[in-house]
Order: sequence, then structure tokens, then C-alpha cells
Amino acid sequence: MDTAISFATPKSTPRRVPPTLESGVLLWLRENLFSSIYNTVLTGLAMWALFLTIPDFIAWAFVDAVWRTDDPQTCRDAAGACWAVIGEKHRVMLFGTFPYDEHWRGVLAIVLIVGMAILSAFRRFWSYLLFVVWLGVTAAVLVLLLGGVFGLTPTGTHKWGGLPLTLLMFVGTVVGGMPLAVFLALGRRSRLPAIKAICVGFIEIVRGVPLITVLFMASLMFPLFMPEGVTIDKFLRAQIGMILFFAAYAAEIVRGGLQAIPRGQYEAADTIGFSYWQKTNRIILPQALRIVLPALMNDIIRAFKNTTFVSIIGLFDVLGATATALEDPLWVLFALEAYTFIFVFYFVFCFSMSKYSEHIERDLKKGRNL
Amino acid sequence: MTEIEHVSADTAMHSAGEVIVTLLDVNKWYGEFHALRDVNLVVGRGEKVVVCGPSGSGKSTMIRCINRLEEHQEGDIIVDGVELVPDLRKIEAIRRQVGMVFQNFNLFPHLTVMDNLTLGPVLVQDTGKEEAEAAAMDLLKRVKIPEQAWKYPGQLSGGQQQRVAIARALMLKPKIMLFDEPTSALDPEMIHEVLDVMIELAKEGMTMICVTHEMGFAREVADLVVFMDSGEVVEAAKPKRFFSEPENERTKLFLSQVLH
Repeated sequence: MDTAISFATPKSTPRRVPPTLESGVLLWLRENLFSSIYNTVLTGLAMWALFLTIPDFIAWAFVDAVWRTDDPQTCRDAAGACWAVIGEKHRVMLFGTFPYDEHWRGVLAIVLIVGMAILSAFRRFWSYLLFVVWLGVTAAVLVLLLGGVFGLTPTGTHKWGGLPLTLLMFVGTVVGGMPLAVFLALGRRSRLPAIKAICVGFIEIVRGVPLITVLFMASLMFPLFMPEGVTIDKFLRAQIGMILFFAAYAAEIVRGGLQAIPRGQYEAADTIGFSYWQKTNRIILPQALRIVLPALMNDIIRAFKNTTFVSIIGLFDVLGATATALEDPLWVLFALEAYTFIFVFYFVFCFSMSKYSEHIERDLKKGRNL
Repeated sequence: MTEIEHVSADTAMHSAGEVIVTLLDVNKWYGEFHALRDVNLVVGRGEKVVVCGPSGSGKSTMIRCINRLEEHQEGDIIVDGVELVPDLRKIEAIRRQVGMVFQNFNLFPHLTVMDNLTLGPVLVQDTGKEEAEAAAMDLLKRVKIPEQAWKYPGQLSGGQQQRVAIARALMLKPKIMLFDEPTSALDPEMIHEVLDVMIELAKEGMTMICVTHEMGFAREVADLVVFMDSGEVVEAAKPKRFFSEPENERTKLFLSQVLH
């Protein structure tokens, strides 16, 4: 023991800031673009490729582009893009076959849905009440689009199209699908064998087939099971198909969240004497849903993109309505520009949702209480 | 209550007053594993029982049977006059009589300290929100952290969280408090603030059953110390006798390990 060489030196030092790290543009360039010889070569090649393509693209998209005209001939004569097609056809692209004079109803529906979506992004509004408000807004949008009351001209679902249809289908899918997903997830963990079997069976069957099949089933097979004379609206059938498909996937995500809640939370709730539903609603679900929110957002974004599938069974969502608009022989040449617009539209919607989800995820990682 | 005569003389000695918890020949298995073997325990109203023993001895299982977080397979458990039978309909009603404090606090992390306290009374006892908040504030003062009322559990130290957990359990005005190793997950410097609250509670006359290794606490407040090993009650005695002249070899071995 006398020969031990370990020692420590007691010392008192005031706290100070860490030594500043090197930063700046040059450092970033060196680290990210020119860190090795291969990296430098790759950077050079990429620059060259950009040099070849970017000027042409700018010329096509901006310099030589036709922004506004009602004469397709002007577009044909121009060397650049014909953005005028969007101005000319935007009514059909955005509202499909909805009566021209009633488009304001479509606009109002869009404003209601987008407004609610923005409100829902703020955490201070998060509660079960928000869900009820969503149900109310959905009902209001339905009234707006269906008409027939308050002096509104009746406009059946067969006349719906474009953005209101896309948004309503999307909102209907999430608002209808989320509660179903939660019930399926809870049911899958149920101690009652019958409930468990039904939930597992439903989830596995729906997850086992492509969305297209579900939509075809809903659109073609479903009416066969109905008693004679009873018909269910095509939009509604597609909506039910979308809801079932979304719910089956979301249920598995919610189940993951339920499994992540420590047993102690259930026990603490039990010792207080909460009933099953009090425990589920107040203690377990709020925590489970927060945990799986980023994953759920992923599924919600997918549900938004999946609305384009309904054009296959003859409903005109934004994409389907655009295809219809381009059937006009005068403008058919400018499909690229019209689809570019749709591309940008979907990208803006999905990218905002995805950025929002990232933001939520970062907060969760910080361990902050949402 | 003739069955009580089966219980060892030492245990029965403490049940002269009104009995509030009775365990008679309780047996429990986890699969093949025999976790509780003919456990007998009688707790009188207002008395404090400390249960100790090595890990895996069944002490946690035993107290978790009292509020039916675990279900026993054989024997009788009677809590405040109600027998815990398999088809018990109103288990929630029993649980409201029995408060429980866990090793890992188990506060609800998504709720403020205040909501952790008031949610129980508001939901299960139909107490008004304001009344519940006033009661919660009183209890938070008693556990000496009223200033933490609007924080989230994650912002509190372990000792503070455990004191919130005790306050939460007290909100429902339970007749019996169960403590399952309440200080085992705490850093040494925080153990005392929790024990102080428990000692105060004991002095106020609460019926308490505590699984703990805090022998100082046992000496100070316990009416009965129960030593369990491999699912059996090995020894049960008043603290003075338990610590000074333990009878069983296993008790002696255990005490030599926990008392320095």
C-alpha cells in the first residue's frame, strides 16, 4: 500500500465558458465539400452537373416562361414553360365538376379545414375537445359541400371534386380513423378473447392487402352485400375504405405507444381506484399518443397522399381533376406545367406536416412535457 | 373471528384493538413458483407494520395482494371488513380505502403535481375542482413542497417526487397506507426527507404497512416488525425484541447484513 502511485489534486477553480470552437463558412466548406480528394472530385462533378442544368431550367421556368395568357397559341410559340395553363384551368383543377357559381362554398370548405389544421398544431389547444371541434368542422364542411339546406343549391357528392374533395377525404380519414385505431389498439390488448380476436383479425386482414384492393372492395363489392334498393354513396364508400385502411395501420402504432407505458403507471392508476376508462382516457392514452405522435404523423402524411388513389374508382381529387382539366385539346400540351403545380402543392402540404412532426419529435427528445 | 386463533401468538398480541387488515394462510404462485406460503398477518387500526426481508422474499407481493395489484390463489384477505374474493365487483371501492406508495414513485408525468393530486378525488369521489385543489395545497404544505404545485414530476428531485406520491395517496383519505420500498430508489441525501414525512404520518395515527430496509424507521415507529424470507413469515415481533433478540437464524443473518 505504501507504494501506491494514485493521487488526486484538490483544486478550486471558478466556472468558465468552454473554449470557443472554430466555425464559419470556410470550415463548413472544408469539412463537408473538400474533406478528401474523392470528396473534392465529387464536389467538382456535382458543380459541373448543376452548371449544365440550372441555367436551362431557369430559362425554361422563368425567363422564357409564359405567365399569363388565355391563348394557347402564345404558349406554343414560347420557348419556356406555360404557367398560364394553371391560371386558365385552376378552377377545374381545384374544384373539379363542382358547379362554377358555387365555388365559393369550396373555398370556404378549404379555409375551414386548413384553418383547423393550423389551430390543431398548437399544443395549447390539445384536448379531447379539439376532437369534438373537428367533428363539428367536418359536419360544417359537409353541409357546405352537400348543400340543400340554408338556401344552398343541393350539390351531390357526384359533383364534388378537386381540393375540397381531397381535403375532406383526408380529414374524414384521420378524424374517423383515429378513434377506430385507438379502439383497435386497446381491443388488441384486451383480456376478452373475442374482442382481441376481432381486433387482431381486422388489423391483420386490412394490413395484408393493398389500399387499391380495399378501395375496389368498397366501391364494387360492398354494394353487393347491401339489401336490394339500398345504395351507399360512392364518396362515402371510398371514405369508409380509406378509414379502415388508415385505422389498421395507425392501430399498430398506437399499440406500440401503449406498450411503452410502464406498468407502474397502470398500477398507480389502479391504486387510486380509477375505472378502466378513466385510467385509459386520463393516464394511459395521453402518454401513449404523445410517444407515438411522430410515427402517427408519418401515417397521417401517407393518408394525405393516399387520397390520390380515389381517382382510380372515379372520384376527382386534385390530381384526378387536373387530369380532367388537361383533356381540353387546346391545353393538353402543357400537362407538365399543370402536374408541376400539383407536385408543388403536394410537396408544400406534406413537407409542412413532416417539418411539424420533426419539431414535435425534437421536443419529445428534450423530455419536455407537451 | 375464530380463524384468528390460528395466527401466531406474537401477531395476535397486536390485534387487541380493532382489526383492519387480515391475511389468513395466504398462498400465491407465479406459474410454478410459490411466492407466498401460508402468510398470516393481522394489522390493527392505527398500527404500523414494517415488513423486511431479502429481495425475492415475497414482501412486495404480500402488500400488493392487500390492494389486489396481485391476486392471491389461496387463503383469505380481509380489508376493512371486505373479503377480497375472485369475483370482487367493487375492487375500485376497496382501492380507494388503501393508499399506495411505490418504489419508483409512479407519478403521472404528463400532469402537473397539482393535477396528479386532484385527478383522483375529482374523478372517483366527485370532489369539486376548487375543493380538491385546496386539499392538495394543504397536503403539499404537509410534505413541505407547496412551491412545486404547478411543476411537472420530471422537474422534481426523487425525494420531492416521492413526497408528492405520498400526498397523492393521501388525497383520497385512505384508511390504510401501503409503502413498497419507498426510499429504495432515492439518493442517500433524499431518504430522510421522505422518512420524515412517513414518521409524521405515523404519529398522526395512520395505519401503515411498510416494506422497507430502513431499520431506524422501523425502530422509531413500528408496532410490529415482520421478517419474510422465501415467501414465508419467518419472524414477527415488536421492534425492540426483533432487533435485540431475534430468534430465527435467518433473521439473525439478515440483520447482521443490514445493520452495520
